Amino acid sequence: MHRTAVKKVVLENVLDANDTLARANRDVFDRAGTYTINMMSSPGAGKTALLERTLERLRGELRLGVLEGDVQTTLDADRLARFHIPLVQVNTDPGFGGECHLDANMVRSGLGELPLDDIDILIIENVGNLVCPAEFRVGEDVRVMVYSVTEGEEKPLKYPLMFRSADLVLVNKVDLLEHLDFDLEQFLGNLDAVNPGVRTVLTSARTGQGVDEWCGWLRQRLENV
Amino acid sequence: MHELSIAESVVRIASRQADGRRVTKVEMKVGYLRQVVPSALAFGFGLLAEGTPVEGAELEMEQVPAEGRCRRCGVVSGLGSFPLQCGGCGGFDLEILKGEELMVESLELEEA
Repeated sequence: MHRTAVKKVVLENVLDANDTLARANRDVFDRAGTYTINMMSSPGAGKTALLERTLERLRGELRLGVLEGDVQTTLDADRLARFHIPLVQVNTDPGFGGECHLDANMVRSGLGELPLDDIDILIIENVGNLVCPAEFRVGEDVRVMVYSVTEGEEKPLKYPLMFRSADLVLVNKVDLLEHLDFDLEQFLGNLDAVNPGVRTVLTSARTGQGVDEWCGWLRQRLENV
Repeated sequence: MHELSIAESVVRIASRQADGRRVTKVEMKVGYLRQVVPSALAFGFGLLAEGTPVEGAELEMEQVPAEGRCRRCGVVSGLGSFPLQCGGCGGFDLEILKGEELMVESLELEEA
């Protein structure tokens, strides 16, 4: 028996399924009045440490919630538990080999655990990874990237996908600048080349530098909603 | 490895669109700005297609070079490398016209 092939035109965006779920998440956030931040960085850039400083500063003033994404362990969530805020951990480990990013469906799986009506700002701490999380919208209002000065000046050029998609870049660990050869001006130039005009805040989770400015930026988000 | 998630999605789309037939080829467009590693995507695709109507299908990826229109001088030029820069005036403020594709274009299906 002779079988011939027929061509079928499909024209379907590969990320449509994720984007559809992301929009559904966004509707849930909007209905609850929750402003949502997708926080992304390399592993070890200081996302959790900055969150600790942020919660110390804003707890009692704003109702914050955190969705923690990690391949494995609840170490980050354990660190934040002392703040007694709505907090949910999503492990991506059940995914194929442990997903290196959060996607819209994983975030949705954690939302049932969060009292969104009582959360003004939900911070989604994505899996530490400089490439993959950038591809997957999860329903966020904005993307905040944490970048530490120990990572070198050239990364915006090497990993433009994430740097291009950030609405704000927190340049962290600036207390270390005096010990490093890191050229801050060059880094900011590289960043501006891939994401012209993107706002940056120099921060140190260790000394607290820049945390006020970052928290001010967070407050402004709510005023604009 | 965002290629694995992308491969999963490609297999899902192709399986759904297969109308119960076997898929022999999947044609996709992959934009340069997506930072997809073709060999990683092909590997994931082969693995995840097992046991589906897409098993054994060829994955053909057409790479789409990036192209942008400069917001300063209006010139449309190819964007071959990072940083993305206007080929006319060297400006960085660009409207991306091509290079962000990630699309299943068509399938080849075995006739029933």
